[in-house]
Amino acid sequence: MSCTEIIAEYGLRSLGFGERLLPRSDFTLCHQFTLIGSGLIWNIYFGVLALTFGFFLATGLALAKAADNPLIRKPAEWFIFVFRGSPLFIQFFLAYEALVMLPRAGVNIFGLTVQTSWVTSAWAGALFVLFLNTAAYSAEIFYGALRSVPKGDIEAADAYGLTGWHKFRRVLWPTMLRLAWPAYTNEAIFLFHATTLVFFSGFPAYQQRGDALYYAKFFADKTFNPFIPYPIAAFYFICITLALIGLFGVINRRLNRHLPQAHRPRLRIRPQIIR
Amino acid sequence: MFATCTDPSQLEGLSWLLCYLTSGKHMLFYGSFLVVLALMLITAPVALAFGFGGALAARSHITPLRWLGKGYTAMVRGVPDIVFFLFVPVALDQGLEYIRHLWKCPPTGQPVWANGEFNVCAAAKIPLSTSPQIWHEAYGFALAVVAFSVVFGAFAANVLYGAMNAVPRAQLETAEAYGMTHRQVSRRILIPQMWTYALPGLSNLWMILIKATPLLFLLGVEDIVYWARELGSTKSQIYAYPHPDWRVWYFLGLLCYYLAMTRVSEIVLSRLTAKLSRGQATMAGEAQRKMAGGAGA
Repeated sequence: MSCTEIIAEYGLRSLGFGERLLPRSDFTLCHQFTLIGSGLIWNIYFGVLALTFGFFLATGLALAKAADNPLIRKPAEWFIFVFRGSPLFIQFFLAYEALVMLPRAGVNIFGLTVQTSWVTSAWAGALFVLFLNTAAYSAEIFYGALRSVPKGDIEAADAYGLTGWHKFRRVLWPTMLRLAWPAYTNEAIFLFHATTLVFFSGFPAYQQRGDALYYAKFFADKTFNPFIPYPIAAFYFICITLALIGLFGVINRRLNRHLPQAHRPRLRIRPQIIR
Repeated sequence: MFATCTDPSQLEGLSWLLCYLTSGKHMLFYGSFLVVLALMLITAPVALAFGFGGALAARSHITPLRWLGKGYTAMVRGVPDIVFFLFVPVALDQGLEYIRHLWKCPPTGQPVWANGEFNVCAAAKIPLSTSPQIWHEAYGFALAVVAFSVVFGAFAANVLYGAMNAVPRAQLETAEAYGMTHRQVSRRILIPQMWTYALPGLSNLWMILIKATPLLFLLGVEDIVYWARELGSTKSQIYAYPHPDWRVWYFLGLLCYYLAMTRVSEIVLSRLTAKLSRGQATMAGEAQRKMAGGAGA
């Protein structure tokens, strides 16, 4: 079987298209690259969606944590504490077991029966956990940045008569993002890394449709040779990391475009987050 | 454990719960918390040593050694840690068995990795298949410790490398002006001074280490996650203590355990940071000095 045929059969295997059975023997390099790459679709799916939704919740949470009213501040503080203080692995397990307990027949809301079986599948349940988790981590970053917005900027905004939404949209938010961006880039990278945990933590890989590391482990178990599949998975993740650094670097340049060249903060990658 | 627990089917309410929570399996569950603590307490110093070596290598004047150090510190940036947790134990196990294979087995002329199998003779297995179960478990745990140490060593190397660069350059130049050699400068000036700069990063690493311990489950060690799944799953009437699916409660317990661990560590570490920055020429030390001065005036 040529490599193009393998790609045609297994390229979208993780989504359920193409060949139904996974290869049983004669694992070529092409098989391993194709299937692990196919699994990468899930990592990108989880990472991109969790990051996109999480960004907005994180902004809200950061503002809530900075609020004076304890009724708003306390829940935000607790939310951030719970999700940052406990392992993501345990959060996945807990969420899965909690979602399984929902009634099988569906929940009756105002006479409409809402199906509940789909929430226990990885694409929904794990995405939800990742979304809340990254929101908590990013909120802490944004909160720190919000606290470091220069006093002069706020006074200038007041002097211009900006209040409420306009002040936030035009002064606080851009500065917050600018200050938080290097740390947020880090968060994004490690969120993508954390997506590899999904299929090892309770959420079943329906019909063996798993992520990159799921297939890497599949090959390592079948061939008893960890020296090929894991480096392939590592290679894919290095590519993702480099792409993220490039993308976030472009945004970083845009956020700092008003600053003189020498004062622009460069992105520095600090591996400080495992969940 | 208690005399009243001999026939659980006769018990009800609180006494049932008490007997249930002190059953033999639960004792193993509580014991696995000690396994987790042991992992953290062994890994932390070993990882620090790995990190120290890595950071020193990354600053070395010998080019290949510097590349090795830089490569080691860069390793964890692009690749998920879970890949290493899965890869290192298997790779290490096979590597050790391969070396023993070359040493102990009669030459067979066949390759060791072939046709989806890993073939070494019985004498090369670690531990030997005849050795008692406890050795198999100890070996598995040791592999887990090495995997954790390699990953956390790389994180620690990053932190220590940064801390070494943060020591004011003038300090090192002064030492050189006194005629100290490169090694003397490292030992007498650089290393004693870097710890205050390294402490925030290292305390962060400790929190990360706490939160990484449930990954032991992936390495096949019978840790708290294993027992929580095992004990919480539905127990039918043939068991001494039948109950429905209680896994969610067990995991809730684990979540609270981890929250408590991270919270306590946070408080202890912030006290330690305050203590270490006393009298230092850093922002934190300066703030402390002003506070003390303000209170006195």
